[in-house]
Amino acid sequence: METLDLLLNGFGVAFEPLNLGLVIFGCALGLFIGAMPGLGSVNGVAILLPMTFLVPPTGAIIFLAAIYYGAMYGGAISSIMLGIPGASTAVATTFDGRPMALQGLADKALITAATASFIGGTISVALFTLFAPPLAAVALAFGSAEEFALMMLAFATFVGLGGDDIPKTLFSIFIGLVLSAVGLDIISGQPRLVFGDITGFLHGINFLVLAIGIYGIGEMIWTIEASKGEVKISQATVTFRRVIDGLRSMKETLKGTIMGSFLGYFVGILPAAGATPGSLMAYGVAKTISKHPETFGKGNPEGVAAPEAANNAASTGSMLPMLTLGIPGSPTTAILLGGMVIWGLEPGPRLFVDHTDFVWGLIASLYVANLFALLINVAFIPAFVRVLRLPFTILAPIIFVLCIVGGYAPTQDMHDVWLILIFGIAGYLMRKLDYPLAPAVLAIVLGPLAETSMRQALLQANGSFLVFFERPISGTIMVVAIILFALPIVKALRARRDTNSREEA
Amino acid sequence: MRKAELVMASVLGIFSIYLMWKSAELPIGWIPEEGPGGGAFPFWLSAGMLICCVWIIVRGVRRSSPVAQSSATYMDAASLRLFLLIAGSLAVMLGLIHVVGVYVATPLFMLFYMRFMGGHGWMQTGLIAGLTPVVTFFFFEIALKITLPKGVTEPLFYPLYDIFF
Repeated sequence: METLDLLLNGFGVAFEPLNLGLVIFGCALGLFIGAMPGLGSVNGVAILLPMTFLVPPTGAIIFLAAIYYGAMYGGAISSIMLGIPGASTAVATTFDGRPMALQGLADKALITAATASFIGGTISVALFTLFAPPLAAVALAFGSAEEFALMMLAFATFVGLGGDDIPKTLFSIFIGLVLSAVGLDIISGQPRLVFGDITGFLHGINFLVLAIGIYGIGEMIWTIEASKGEVKISQATVTFRRVIDGLRSMKETLKGTIMGSFLGYFVGILPAAGATPGSLMAYGVAKTISKHPETFGKGNPEGVAAPEAANNAASTGSMLPMLTLGIPGSPTTAILLGGMVIWGLEPGPRLFVDHTDFVWGLIASLYVANLFALLINVAFIPAFVRVLRLPFTILAPIIFVLCIVGGYAPTQDMHDVWLILIFGIAGYLMRKLDYPLAPAVLAIVLGPLAETSMRQALLQANGSFLVFFERPISGTIMVVAIILFALPIVKALRARRDTNSREEA
Repeated sequence: MRKAELVMASVLGIFSIYLMWKSAELPIGWIPEEGPGGGAFPFWLSAGMLICCVWIIVRGVRRSSPVAQSSATYMDAASLRLFLLIAGSLAVMLGLIHVVGVYVATPLFMLFYMRFMGGHGWMQTGLIAGLTPVVTFFFFEIALKITLPKGVTEPLFYPLYDIFF
């Protein structure tokens, strides 16, 4: 019952005029960002975070969470209308959404995607409400050893489950952590890694500098290069009758939607996984359990519903570890977490004790955001379809200027803006060689926390590394992390043994 | 691709060595009863970066990674031109911000990008390039109270400051 009271209070916060306005504005903006090919929630949140200094922290995170949510809805729009995923999270939606659009069923596909997103979002927020308080209560007992172990686990998931090239993933984690170490040493206060004695490095490298560089500049150049050439936009007319028809046909896709919601939510909790693999897995499972698997890929609405439910559920899932443990579940939540630090809210289980208004206001706003994203999406489908015609040569310079001015705002130092450009260029060149960059962003956010908790734990234990393994919870998490780190090595050895035995036979 | 892979890994490897050397300015050893020194954390992480680079180079030489086997070109002439134009114009804009400030540098950049790279009409280009600094001014200087760099154009803003502050 206590949870229900807190949630009701949260709705009080979410319905404050300013916050409600921010939810609606955030959803609309998120839909737009999601619908634009090449822009996803992580780009939107990274570029717009500096703009949120205008409102109080609760409003700011509610706004950014609404963008995150709206972008998950919006991704489907370009997947269906253009056949190009609006964001990587909507890749699976193209498989059946595009064929439906080519058969003249674009409106049905869009409505299926929107309603499935709504169901996925609602189920996952309900799961979140149930799981978050007990998890936070357990996490309250965590000391610095457990905190460090959890961060090791977060990095281990990238290596064990991320699916990217192993040395490149590790490199990305390491460089993110090293960049986070620039500035003053947290314990001795000595200047550290101040390159060329440039004073700008003394205040450290803010995570936003790396995030805006990578997601605002690097990814934009990459998208501009990749999106050369013309694409065909499908037509969709949405009338009230068609919406009702679409809602009525929900029954046929309900099974896949609910399965996708649960799957997406739990995959979303893992830092390395998140919405993209969650939606791909949901598509695969929906196909397996379907009575007509042969119709998948040819315009089956179930193939639209399952991944769309999953990507929305995953975005909520990734907020669970962020709020309860202080470990982000996705690159987007990593940026939200960094934002919380800027706003003076220490992430982790203490939030549920010290900032109940903030936590429950955010949770309640997710319910509200879900509803508004659905309404705005269905009501303005024609408007969003027109958005897809907006040429990148207009959008790109606006985004670049936003990045430069927004990157200047937090520290008001041109030094940081130059770093944004350097990181953007380096990020672009590395991305072309398949270096995953999300681990670096996660690492620069977690770096200062990881180093502090490691050194504190070691100080308390008189410098004995065994402290991480002797405490039961920390020990268990460390063992799981080590298994995940070792997973690719085991896989590689097994693959080599298999090929060897085949050659011998 | 293979050549780009090897060059990139070598450059990043050299950067890792530089980082290790730079970290060693602080104690990187074990301080008894206390744990690692201030430089240990970045030192060993940079060592990790170096190991990854060596790993990538070894695979590149033995052609045993997908990127090293790919025959696609890393950057063709058109991509290179596009990349240099975007990165170059951004760098010029940042340089100009130091001299003439945000409110002159950003519209110039947008003018260049939309008119010459996008081929949009003067009307459209001028409207967007002209509106952006106005919106920026009201959002950052008035609403957020963040002073953006103005360079030599600073005196032109005194009358505006008088009106709003």
